[in-house]
Amino acid sequence: MESLDMKSLAAAIAIAVGALGPGLGIGLLAAKAMEAIGRNPEAAPKIQTAMILAIAFAEAIAIYALVVALIIKFV
Amino acid sequence: MIEGVHISLSAEKILDVFGFPLTNTLLTSFLVVISLMVGAYVLGRKIKAIPAGIQNAAEFVIDGLLGFMTTIAGDRKTAEKFFPIVATIFIFVLFANWAGIIPGVGSIGFYEDGKTFVPFFRSVNSDLNMTLALALIAVTLSHFFGVAGLGAFKHAGKFFNFKNPIGFFVGILEFVSEFAKIISFSFRLFGNVFAGEVLLVIITFLVPVIAPVPFYGLEIFVGFIQALIFAVLTMMFLVVATKHH
Repeated sequence: MESLDMKSLAAAIAIAVGALGPGLGIGLLAAKAMEAIGRNPEAAPKIQTAMILAIAFAEAIAIYALVVALIIKFV
Repeated sequence: MIEGVHISLSAEKILDVFGFPLTNTLLTSFLVVISLMVGAYVLGRKIKAIPAGIQNAAEFVIDGLLGFMTTIAGDRKTAEKFFPIVATIFIFVLFANWAGIIPGVGSIGFYEDGKTFVPFFRSVNSDLNMTLALALIAVTLSHFFGVAGLGAFKHAGKFFNFKNPIGFFVGILEFVSEFAKIISFSFRLFGNVFAGEVLLVIITFLVPVIAPVPFYGLEIFVGFIQALIFAVLTMMFLVVATKHH
């Protein structure tokens, strides 16, 4: 415990809070996409491509938080 | 324990060439560009009307990409108009990402001043300068095509609208979002690739055998998806810029 400095704490909080929103977003996206596939299984490939693209957009927000955390930790 | 891991946010300088620093990402990007050029030359040297072998595979990939871009652009004509630039960005980013996970990239290098480790090669897009350059090219081209397609006054009218107050503020928002585009564009690619590099380094440090293998698979997938997203977004910017409101 004595080795915990404010920089590590700040990095941990940055990524923890920053991952919350994208996590929720990706969950919602995947849930809706699966609903859509369940309703219309023939459209599965199209839905999958669109879902993966949208998930990557949501994931990018978490990546911003990760970059900030890495900058705090290593710079 | 984690002190053994060395992570550098910026690209490391290998040597000076006439006063310009030659970084390891620049070296890797040169190698990627040269190998792509050689590959394109070898493929394009003997094109047959009835494709066979490797030409077949290349045509399959390009046709698939064009089909996908048609669904993004809306119609085949627009897709074909912007396809050269978008496909170039896609292929370059894809191979640059994949080149970053070749064994030896990031692990073969030398010790500067006997203590800091400097690898010879480093994943191209883990350098913000590279992704920023790509983002600037994409956004500048969208404005270029906007001016070419609509005319300078109409294109500027999207951002500077004095007809009514609401239009004025919408124009200001559009203007600011052009800069936000550049930032989000460059940081998305940089963040994904850099985070992937850090992930691989740390996993290899914690469990050196077997455990990193699925993460390499993940990096291959992420590299492909990020290249696709960069190309799709460029296509969308270009299509939106040439459209009337």
